Amino acid sequence: MSLFKERQYLRIRVDREADDSLWMKCKSCGELVFKRRVRENNNVCPNCGEYFFLTAQERIDSLLDPGSFENLTEPIVTDDPLGFVDNQPYSDRLREAQQKTDLLDAILIGRGAIHGIPVVLGAMDFRFIGGTMGSVMGEHVCRAMETAVAERRAFVLVSSSGGARIQEGVFSLLQMAKTVTVRRRLASAGLPFISVMTYPTSGGVQASIASLGDILIAEKGALIGFAGRRVIQQTISEELPQHFQTETFALERGQIDRVVRREELRDELALALGFFAGAR
Amino acid sequence: MTDERTLDLLEAKIGELRQLNAVEGIDLSKEIARLEEKLQHLREKLYANLSDWERVKLARNPKRPYSLDYLETVFEGFYELRGDRVTGDDRALLTGLARLDGRPVVILAQQKGRTTEENKERFFGMPRPQGFRKARRAIELADRFGFPLISLIDTPGAYPGLEAEEQNIGATIAESLQAMAGVRVPTVAVVIGEGGSGGALAIGLADCILMLENAIFSVITPEGAASILWKDKDKAKEAAAALQMTADRLLTLGLIDGIVPEPLGGAHKDPAKTEAALKGEILRRLAELEAAPTDERLARRYARYRAIGRFRPAPPAPATDAPEPPAADATAPSVAR
Repeated sequence: MSLFKERQYLRIRVDREADDSLWMKCKSCGELVFKRRVRENNNVCPNCGEYFFLTAQERIDSLLDPGSFENLTEPIVTDDPLGFVDNQPYSDRLREAQQKTDLLDAILIGRGAIHGIPVVLGAMDFRFIGGTMGSVMGEHVCRAMETAVAERRAFVLVSSSGGARIQEGVFSLLQMAKTVTVRRRLASAGLPFISVMTYPTSGGVQASIASLGDILIAEKGALIGFAGRRVIQQTISEELPQHFQTETFALERGQIDRVVRREELRDELALALGFFAGAR
Repeated sequence: MTDERTLDLLEAKIGELRQLNAVEGIDLSKEIARLEEKLQHLREKLYANLSDWERVKLARNPKRPYSLDYLETVFEGFYELRGDRVTGDDRALLTGLARLDGRPVVILAQQKGRTTEENKERFFGMPRPQGFRKARRAIELADRFGFPLISLIDTPGAYPGLEAEEQNIGATIAESLQAMAGVRVPTVAVVIGEGGSGGALAIGLADCILMLENAIFSVITPEGAASILWKDKDKAKEAAAALQMTADRLLTLGLIDGIVPEPLGGAHKDPAKTEAALKGEILRRLAELEAAPTDERLARRYARYRAIGRFRPAPPAPATDAPEPPAADATAPSVAR
């Protein structure tokens, strides 16, 4: 279901630049910009405002009160239950992704606070096989929600995912069922879940946990949808609107509650969570 | 290797001989018996060695019984409930009431078409948002009146289209999943043909998942996987094998609960036999589920889905020259920074 790995959606990623180069070129405006300035600017181009991908860690740092993050990501890796091989063994792809990102899979979870409000936060990392959801991500999303219930914290999930991870077959598909099942615990405990959709929130992730927040917030520049543009165009020969599956498209059609700029996301979350503080 | 078509041809020939035998009075009974034995032997050989790709083709064979066929034979008096109360009715995902051995049940059933005209109406069995919204309605109905819920799954996947996206098909799938996860009645889902991805799972999150022997269930079509991972549409055969989408593989992997046997050559070779096997299995599973008190059954459902996934502790990281010091806080595993 991760049908979104198509070139027209891919944007420049800061980490692609050689690490020792100080400057990078923005693929949107073409300007040469100082890399450190981009990082300090939440990976937003200081010249044109184009958003670059945030890694999971960068996302966490951008949202939580400084120093409040306690990593709850367990050191687990997928078992590769199918022993999957395409043009390349899945185990090789995993190793490459792990080396590239310093992550074990496509998500980080942990405790933290946003303007003092205690939360459990999960952040996906698109660099890791397109942020796809397999056994490990599904497990971490569930553990995050269980921690939120045990400690009576709000749950915030920042999605950046092409969908289910094909290489784990039905195990991946059933992570949709798994996360949705555990999500009910938050609801019974009366704890809020804010789902933040970024670029991209698609396929099996959009069709499960990401769409089930009490509040759905899209980051400006997000892509939100189930089936990819190319798949749709192969099925129907219809022209798709320019802003198809953008945050504006989603907002206009009532699919999300709010659109927020990356720079304002942290304050926005605090504002929204504040309403639920009394309820808890 | 002899394929299905050759065998069908042979079968037709045997039929002709039989006619000659009856009409013309020529005694061919010995020859016919010999050919029938040969046919049976070839068929057994063919179906004992089906490749995954052949299984995919069999699962998609339009001669197979579809949901509406089972609704006529396994169940009685299917009383269709149409319409999602918002935008329309979906002919690819049908819902309604029916009786199973006399008692009322709620049906969620995906339906493909056999003719071009019918497929136009049924979108080749690909449900749209109105279908998933309707499913949710039916699930709530089952919950309200305590009717067991039976899903018949047969879809290439949810419909990819502009209008479907405009109506937020992903969220309608998520909400159908959520309703299935919480419904308090016993739920049995059967993949009768093609179990295509989220569109199939949306009505498949059940207490008991069964598959017909030649059905498939997958996160993506083999064609889709071939084009995304192999970057080559012609690798669908390889993808079908790699995805492990057959009933016997999924049973071995512990992802489904049981397999309903099909007659040699597939469900369509002897629909009555398939229907009887399916009915027997659904009744047996339902009785099993109903033997447990509701809370226990729900706890089991929860535990089942909570436990899905295969992972292991990460091997210790190899020594690197990375300047970063080890995590000071042992309670916060810093496997990933």
